Amino acid sequence: MPIFISTRESDDQLRKKVREISGQNFQQCYQCGTCSGSCPMIEHINVFPRRIMALLQLGNRKALEESNTPWVCASCHTCMVRCPRGIDITKVMEALRLIKLRQNIDRIELKKLEPEQIADMPQIAMVSGFRKMTS
Amino acid sequence: MKIAYYPGCTLKTKAKNLELAALACLDKLRVEYEELPRWNCCGAVFSLADDDLIHMVAPVRDLIRVQERGQDTVLTLCSMCYNTLARANDLMKNDEEKRKTINDFMDEEPDYEGNVRVVHLLDFIRDDYGFDKLKEHITAPLNGMKVAPYYGCTLLRPKEVALDRPDNPIVFHKFLEVIGAEVIDFGSATKCCGAYQVLGAPEATLQVSHEIISDAVNNGAEALALTCPLCDYNMGKRQDQILEKFDDAKELPVYYFTQLLALAMGLESGVAHFELNREIAQKLLKKKNLIKT
Repeated sequence: MPIFISTRESDDQLRKKVREISGQNFQQCYQCGTCSGSCPMIEHINVFPRRIMALLQLGNRKALEESNTPWVCASCHTCMVRCPRGIDITKVMEALRLIKLRQNIDRIELKKLEPEQIADMPQIAMVSGFRKMTS
Repeated sequence: MKIAYYPGCTLKTKAKNLELAALACLDKLRVEYEELPRWNCCGAVFSLADDDLIHMVAPVRDLIRVQERGQDTVLTLCSMCYNTLARANDLMKNDEEKRKTINDFMDEEPDYEGNVRVVHLLDFIRDDYGFDKLKEHITAPLNGMKVAPYYGCTLLRPKEVALDRPDNPIVFHKFLEVIGAEVIDFGSATKCCGAYQVLGAPEATLQVSHEIISDAVNNGAEALALTCPLCDYNMGKRQDQILEKFDDAKELPVYYFTQLLALAMGLESGVAHFELNREIAQKLLKKKNLIKT
């Protein structure tokens, strides 16, 4: 899939926001792909983490917003401990989630969970899931 | 001095088998501990946003509870609580600016500077109690039961709070060896089970959990040992769904490490509450003559 590069569509605000929330300098990414190779969710995300970093460098808001990657990321930190550039990619994913959540756009809804599921699930699943995917 | 014990929410309800087995072992090992009074939920996940300090208040408050009792160590059993408390502690110790903001904000509490030590039972046994000393208490070793140690994520990542090397850890292997199991090393020992994505991406979580179990089985494991109630939910309690969905799935008994420890220490099997695991967990132990039929 080609990446469309355009200075007109490059969103500097987004880059700034992600840097501010995550505290990470994703411009340092040199596209080695270690993160993608380490991601346990690789089969279930539609944009690999390496590409997320490239899209961020380009400020491609549209492609980033269409990606399910931050929402399938389980914050397992494998990419983070292996990144040769020392970028905390887990924090970058958190920033991408928070940009949406802070506009009150939730990813999951409590009322859509089955009552049996709620009764069965450990609290840490619910607390962490709602921390990561609701505003 | 007694060490403080922080249970966290899940151990009191959905993971009683993790807690009760551990406490019975600690009593037998004569480790002096007391449950932290007025503990609150740690928040389960550490906030990863630079501009979000409000989520540090809950874990820091727990650490202050420990400090005000004059205790220097807090012991955890749940991997997620360990990670959240240890990272909050690390932040309070090393980030001067954020420490000041948090201390100023929590003006009803004494200041906190990160001086409590947060440990998990696995590194507590390794560093404080000692594997050699534990060995003396192993009266009913597991007779070479083939067990795969599953570390998951939160005991090993990020590096600042890792119990061991994030990529090639041995502490859980060593623990299983000491209690008399044959340790089955497998590539997925540190791979994520999907964690809270059981809420956001349940199908993906089911598949990664299936891959971990299959990897253990294919390497010859008869059982999987783990430390985290969320991993146990994904790979233990939801194993019925894995078996239903994937044709090549094989059933694998899943235990908390504390349950296996209780058995190996010769404690009465009732303290480990195997009835809270899937049925196959008890079947395997009966087959191995580790519990009475």
